[in-house]
Amino acid sequence: MRSWTFFLSALGVGLVFFLAALGLGNDYVFFAGYVVLQYIVLATAWNILGGYCGYVNFGTAAFFALGAYSSVALHKLGANVNRYASGFLADILHLILPLSLPSLVIVGGIVSGIVGLGMGYLTLRLRGVFFAIATLAMAVVLQTLMINWDFVGGSRGAYVIRPNSISAGPVTLSYIEYLFLVMLVLAVVALTVARLIERSRLGIGFSTIRDDEMAAEAAGVPTLRLKLIATMISGAFMGMAGAPLPYYLGYIEPSSAFGLPYAVNSIAMPMIGGTTSWVGPLIGAILLGSLQQIATVTISSAVNLLIVGVLLVAFVIIAPAGIVGLVESWRRTRARAAS
Amino acid sequence: MSQAPLLEVKGVGKRFGGFVALEDIDLDVKEGERLGLIGPNGSGKSTLVNCVCGTLHNETGSVRFAGQALDGLPAHRRTHVGLARSFQLPRPFMSMRVVDNLRVPLLYTVRRRSLLISSQKELDDRCMELLRQVGLDAKAKRMPSDLTQVEMRKLELARAMAAEPKLLIADEAMAGLSHSEIEDIIALLLRLNAQGVTIIMIEHIMRAVMSFSQRLAVLVSGRKIADGAPADVVNNPEVVSAYLGQ
Repeated sequence: MRSWTFFLSALGVGLVFFLAALGLGNDYVFFAGYVVLQYIVLATAWNILGGYCGYVNFGTAAFFALGAYSSVALHKLGANVNRYASGFLADILHLILPLSLPSLVIVGGIVSGIVGLGMGYLTLRLRGVFFAIATLAMAVVLQTLMINWDFVGGSRGAYVIRPNSISAGPVTLSYIEYLFLVMLVLAVVALTVARLIERSRLGIGFSTIRDDEMAAEAAGVPTLRLKLIATMISGAFMGMAGAPLPYYLGYIEPSSAFGLPYAVNSIAMPMIGGTTSWVGPLIGAILLGSLQQIATVTISSAVNLLIVGVLLVAFVIIAPAGIVGLVESWRRTRARAAS
Repeated sequence: MSQAPLLEVKGVGKRFGGFVALEDIDLDVKEGERLGLIGPNGSGKSTLVNCVCGTLHNETGSVRFAGQALDGLPAHRRTHVGLARSFQLPRPFMSMRVVDNLRVPLLYTVRRRSLLISSQKELDDRCMELLRQVGLDAKAKRMPSDLTQVEMRKLELARAMAAEPKLLIADEAMAGLSHSEIEDIIALLLRLNAQGVTIIMIEHIMRAVMSFSQRLAVLVSGRKIADGAPADVVNNPEVVSAYLGQ
């Protein structure tokens, strides 16, 4: 299937879900669905570096929060242009701000992508465990930075008042429906990009890095450049996933935006789904994400991470290649039995 | 008129901590030549290959290839300019099928130089042709983990060949191979050489080295102790004592 066909059919499937949820007439579906979609983006983004290249990133929350905070900063600047700028600069800012949600998503992606590139440049000479530790350290550094940056609320946090609804032409959507829709499109874009990478020369290069960097270099693969591309794309999507967060929550503060669950989930979801293909993070995110949402309303929100932990341990022991790996090995044995 | 050598190694030295792995190595290889590089285990043969190919960086001396200084160039750039090597311990890409392993150098090295293999079909054909040459065509769709150690060596050699090098360094490509398989590989390397590929063969199997090489260089404890016609070199008393002990 060509990428455009894939993109459009995935978008079609997503829209069917969206319309079905609209038909239900229950806002909760959108609140829960938004989180699942957000995890599809995060898991897919993590997998581009972690699954395809084999570099485990513990700093997902940092890229994610960076996207969220760039939205907060632009939102605040947009609301108080005259306080922070004057003259010509103010005129320009008035012209640009406030940015629409899709533009904020793009800005969040650019900011996190650049930080990803920078982090990659500093840390990609490290391998394995050392790289993982470096990403964790980066998350802590960025969190400290946000705690001390008063403009975006510091440790107090910042409120973002979202509009009630948004209309385009004859269509009027409540804001949560709009957020869901934006995240849906983003998830489809992320999956399309991941799938495109997987089937391209770039994806083959990424797998060689995961398998054996020395042999990859000997075959002519510019490993450092490829790893930088991977951290950049991965970071950018994480930032894009975070950009709408302030509008979703209405309030944001460092310890929740940089929360451990984002990092843990975006590792666990691809691991459980399977890291070698774009399908894995999708399955993992839908499965774990929905399970967490169900647990939140039926048991308690504290059970979430417990579920993730138990499932992760179970999968690492029973099916290290994830659900996709299980299905593949089952198909292989069936094919062998048939022949 | 003397032609400038294709590979020019001058005064190369490399230490690992206090251990001197290579000391002041000079080695010239002319275009189209077949050089055998021998030496006891731990004599620095693979370290020299690693310094030439950019896997390791030599601390002293310089390496020139086809008139270009290679010092400081990362390994993949050296592969692009026409150096290819097989690893002594095979390092296949484990998550890819055997045939896809060969796709990597084709996509990342050969396609940079020419647009000849642009279609998927040409790419597949080229991979299969290379596998046929080393006798692995029946295993094309298998995973490397299904291969025997010997087959992995062949894959290793095929992957180096896939990069279409000017200089191919075969680092113990024949260890563990049977008599007839050695003949096959030698015939293959001779064919490549006839097509203009310069070849450095690192090998312990003397019969193979002697029948293949036009020139022999001997490393012992990180120094080059002999370099010349194979027959002369193996009768060199210093070489004999290094190999047999005194």
